[in-house]
Amino acid sequence: LAARRPRPGSTLAAAYRSSAAASSTVLPDALDRGSDAYARNAAAVGGLLSDLRSRVSQVLGGGGAGAVKRNEGRGKLLPRDRIDRLLDPGASFLELSQLAGSDVYEEALPSGGIITGIGPVHGRLCMFVANDPTTKGGTYYPITVKKHLRAQEIASECKLPCIYLVDSGGANLPKQAEVFPDRDNFGRIFYNQAKMSADGIPQIAVVLGSCTAGGAYIPAMADESIIVKGNGTIFLAGPPLVKAATGEEISAEDLGGASVHCKISGVSDHFAQDERHGLALGRNIVKNLHLAAKEASIHNSACDYQEPLYDVQELRSIAPADTKQSFDIRSIIARIVDGSEFDEFKKLYGTTLVTGFARICGQPVGIIGNNGILFTESALKGTHFIELCAQRNIPLIFLQNISGFMVGSKSEASGIAKAGAKMVMAVSCSKVPKITIIVGGSFGAGNYGMCGRAYSPNFLFMWPTARISVMGGIQAAGVLAQIEKNNRKRQGVEWTKDDEEAFKAKVVEAYDKEGSPYYSTARLWDDGIIDPADTRRVLSLCLSASAKPVPEDTKYGVFRM
Amino acid sequence: LSSSDEPPRSQTVEKVLVANRGEIACRVMRTARRLGIATVAVYSDADRAALHVRAADEAVRLGPPPARESYLNADAIVDAALRTGAKAIHPGYGFLSESADFAQLCEAEGLTFIGPPPSAIRDMGDKSASKRIMGAAGVPLVPGYHGADQDIELLKLEADKIGYPVLIKPTHGGGGKGMRIVQGPDDFVDSVRSAQREAAASFGIDTLLIEKYITQPRHIEVQVFGDKHGNAIHLYERDCSLQRRHQKIIEEAPAPNVTTEFRTHIGEAAVSAAKAVGYYSAGTVEFIVDTLSGEFYFMEMNTRLQVEHPVTEMIVGQDLVEWQIRVANGERLPLSQEQVPLNGHAFEARIYAENVPRGFLPATGTLHHYRPVLSSPTVRVETGVEEGDAVSMHYDPMIAKLVVWGESRNAALVKLKNCLSDFQIAGLPTNVAFLQELAGHNAFERGLVDTHFIERYKDDFQSTSAKASGEAHDAAKLGAILAAACICKKDHISSEESLRDKTLSVWYTRPPFRMHHSAKRLMEFELDEELEGLSDELLKLLVTYRSDGGYFIETEDGSSPGFDVKVDGRSEHDFRVEVGGVQTDVTLAFYSKDNSKHIHIWHGKHHHHYRQTMRAEHLLDDSSQPSQASEGRSHPKGSVLAPMAGLVVKVLVKDGVHVEDGQPVMVIEAMKMEHVVKAPWAGYIEGLKATAGQQVFDSSVLFTVKDKSTN
Repeated sequence: LAARRPRPGSTLAAAYRSSAAASSTVLPDALDRGSDAYARNAAAVGGLLSDLRSRVSQVLGGGGAGAVKRNEGRGKLLPRDRIDRLLDPGASFLELSQLAGSDVYEEALPSGGIITGIGPVHGRLCMFVANDPTTKGGTYYPITVKKHLRAQEIASECKLPCIYLVDSGGANLPKQAEVFPDRDNFGRIFYNQAKMSADGIPQIAVVLGSCTAGGAYIPAMADESIIVKGNGTIFLAGPPLVKAATGEEISAEDLGGASVHCKISGVSDHFAQDERHGLALGRNIVKNLHLAAKEASIHNSACDYQEPLYDVQELRSIAPADTKQSFDIRSIIARIVDGSEFDEFKKLYGTTLVTGFARICGQPVGIIGNNGILFTESALKGTHFIELCAQRNIPLIFLQNISGFMVGSKSEASGIAKAGAKMVMAVSCSKVPKITIIVGGSFGAGNYGMCGRAYSPNFLFMWPTARISVMGGIQAAGVLAQIEKNNRKRQGVEWTKDDEEAFKAKVVEAYDKEGSPYYSTARLWDDGIIDPADTRRVLSLCLSASAKPVPEDTKYGVFRM
Repeated sequence: LSSSDEPPRSQTVEKVLVANRGEIACRVMRTARRLGIATVAVYSDADRAALHVRAADEAVRLGPPPARESYLNADAIVDAALRTGAKAIHPGYGFLSESADFAQLCEAEGLTFIGPPPSAIRDMGDKSASKRIMGAAGVPLVPGYHGADQDIELLKLEADKIGYPVLIKPTHGGGGKGMRIVQGPDDFVDSVRSAQREAAASFGIDTLLIEKYITQPRHIEVQVFGDKHGNAIHLYERDCSLQRRHQKIIEEAPAPNVTTEFRTHIGEAAVSAAKAVGYYSAGTVEFIVDTLSGEFYFMEMNTRLQVEHPVTEMIVGQDLVEWQIRVANGERLPLSQEQVPLNGHAFEARIYAENVPRGFLPATGTLHHYRPVLSSPTVRVETGVEEGDAVSMHYDPMIAKLVVWGESRNAALVKLKNCLSDFQIAGLPTNVAFLQELAGHNAFERGLVDTHFIERYKDDFQSTSAKASGEAHDAAKLGAILAAACICKKDHISSEESLRDKTLSVWYTRPPFRMHHSAKRLMEFELDEELEGLSDELLKLLVTYRSDGGYFIETEDGSSPGFDVKVDGRSEHDFRVEVGGVQTDVTLAFYSKDNSKHIHIWHGKHHHHYRQTMRAEHLLDDSSQPSQASEGRSHPKGSVLAPMAGLVVKVLVKDGVHVEDGQPVMVIEAMKMEHVVKAPWAGYIEGLKATAGQQVFDSSVLFTVKDKSTN
């Protein structure tokens, strides 16, 4: 075995590991690398990944060569480069919803015009929210607002200081109706800033470009703000509007530049000579946050851990591109948990749901994975396991590959609706970090019980092989065709077999399109599509980000018995 | 021997005060400690925490930093000895080592002066007198004028008689201070005046002598030793021909390319010289050897232990400080002339804080990184400083002496070159690279040395020539690439180590995670101006983090193919890097100075120095005032900066006057050497505020030369 030797001196950890090794179940390899299915999956996922990478490389270029060049000419960096300069050198960055906004509007909106993600600054995890000035002047489209709010939601949940790298023209005026008035629209950004600040979550704004109208409230609402000389401006109305309103003629710099706001108005706190200086000041602010006093004692989870015994790259060959094909979820678990060690809970009961304990990069987790349709027993087992983890403050990881709950008279009579409701109750109320990965199908109420987006997991990622919809396209086509047939029959209109097939094909096509992970991720139904081989890495980062220094007590509602 | 030969019984040295500082103080104390003799150091305020102070059992403060008020303050030193009960004083070299008055004062106070008799110091200290004595003893002399009459017209007549070129030298002192070569009668008077000034400042006496200037001379000196019983022997010769600014930088023993016959003759001449003045303790008789004729002439006798004495120790296997102490105790010389072995070959390289491209001007600064090579029976490092210490403007800028020994000259030279490439100093300019080039020069390898060696071959040396070769440029670029990789590695390790919350360590595993792309980092390196031909070049390197933990590094403009570099961190400074399957050890040093981050790397035989100008981003100064960085090094156009820290001795023109291109404006003295500051072009002098006697700092603005007068 390629097991890492325990470090000399850490005898406790060594003792822990040897006893763990003795009693933990090491999952078998269970992959037939010579099989057709393996080769087929590898080829299919390979194709999906190269498509994914080409889409990502396109959005990494921002709003196009011309806009990028203009941006550079002003001494400004691209948003991801700005974030890189704030991050600790050599540190990881968990970018969220890279492909948000793709194919949502007529015009391209790379990454939804805003970059969000998590990374450490001076050893403290922060949430970054960075406008992309090369994309529609950094203005807020509906999806831009949604992505901004989602980042704030994660920050609020995980208690991450927020760093806003502001360079935006404010709300996108043609889309104002979808951006301005509603609860989860533009105004919610400032509401969130106020609430988080009240909760002691630092709000830091670095004004690197314009910050007009509503945008002006981002630095104004921040606990501390920085503004860059020359490029940064903050005002409720820009020079043209001022001239129109009052006749006053004034330059942008004199109206709302760094000097005005640092020396006179007090809207900003720190004066930066240039962009790099501003970003360096941002790092310094984080250094001085001194939140240590608010934190519980140092976490003592094991820092020394084993990698999985099997190659994580093989995850690319496990999930079938065709959701109809089944596979053992344990072969995925074996490639994401430390030492491939997984202690199953209730292994012999409700076997279509796999539950058990493991560690990921030393962090203990409870894993719930689908191995087929959910039956009453599986749902009860899942509920039991969620309660266990909530009781013990163990984060939960859901590995979704679910076509739904079992239907039919036997199922209904067994009270599957009750059992499913119990699982939904447990998922909804348990106050432990939850991370959901959709590796295959995510259909119907299975999505609910397995902590879909509506159940507010701290993070939700998809594999390129994922499909998400209320039911399968063919099943939906069947149901809809049945209804249509009955309607036509009532109206006395003839419906040929060909008509029916065409009708069904249309439904299947729509479901196919809307069930695609790209359709989902563009609309922020998830936090991004990940390479299966990155699953362990992403999970470890998510677990670290969502770790709760102080466990919260879980209170459940009424379980229907 | 009869008892009448016995000199008055000396008291045995049990506790010694070392009236010196730096490496020589440390070196003397090391022998004293080995002999069980207690040690007392003395120090000026500048040296309160210096290595020689810490190395001593006790230490006594002498006074403020200037040598006149501390290490040259004879009364304070004698008082220190009396206060601490040290019955003996070792003067080291320099300072009071050749002061007959001091030696006499010691004796008057009942202290043993570990050195020659005051009479011998006096005889040899006066160069004119010494030549008279030597001439009488049959030691060959260079033709010249050694008279007491210093009338300038007379001096000029004498010079004409000897024939130009002639050499002017102060009758007192040494070390090249106050020496002038005069090529023709026109320059004679000016040279005499400036030599008198320098002599007066250094030695307090401004009498000069004039000699024939030998055009291709070698400097060969003989180590002599005498005891109080009238015995005197020599310990072979040293060749000290490699000099810059009349100061030795590489010495060796024995002298290369000399016959045994020559060796015997010169040795015997030196012993005669010593006996002529009733010499005891360690002394050095210096000869000038005319390489064209093979004749040698007596130059002077240094009545002290010399800087370069270790090369002699290495070839004869003796400890000369121990000999000095034993002689001071009244013992006889441990060896007779026939018993002195001559074993192998030794080199000494003097490592100085100096600015080689700026004409070897003395430099000051902090030793931010200081790693001499490891000592061994064949490698000695004599040093008086440690990492973090400063080389100040008050004293000699020598940092260390590197002494190596080998079975043969070639073997020793291999060792010398190897040790020089491993000798790591960062924080101030040094001559290490220059020494490396000297040691590697073909003519030096063949032992073809004379005192004009450096001047003659200066175009062969990177360090002194203006243009850098393509090869040097490639090495500098590779150095930057390796440094970039090591810095990425180091940053990674240090940010992970500084984590308080260890659960966050997953954020620092290698390579840094990025969603569907590779993390990159842009790094900028400015080649430091010490490599003048490469100055102002900015290298922009783009680092891509590889999934295997390595780094792919290319120039940002993609002008040349990139390198895959793997790095193993050994410590904060030491790394093992692998490029193209070749692994090497490299060392890095980092420090901040003058609004720049400085990065040094030693790789292979190379040492490179880069700067990263700290822009506003590093200063974190949130004032809206223009930061210091923006002023930085950019002084107003036409500014003339002090080439070194020093004392203004003379201001030659008035503020506001018109000067010609190259006209001397002021004279600055540092480390007892004068440097004339000239107008860089014709124009009007502005802002000249310095006055004689004022201290100026390195690179401070002395004055400005403007096209038009503002008046």
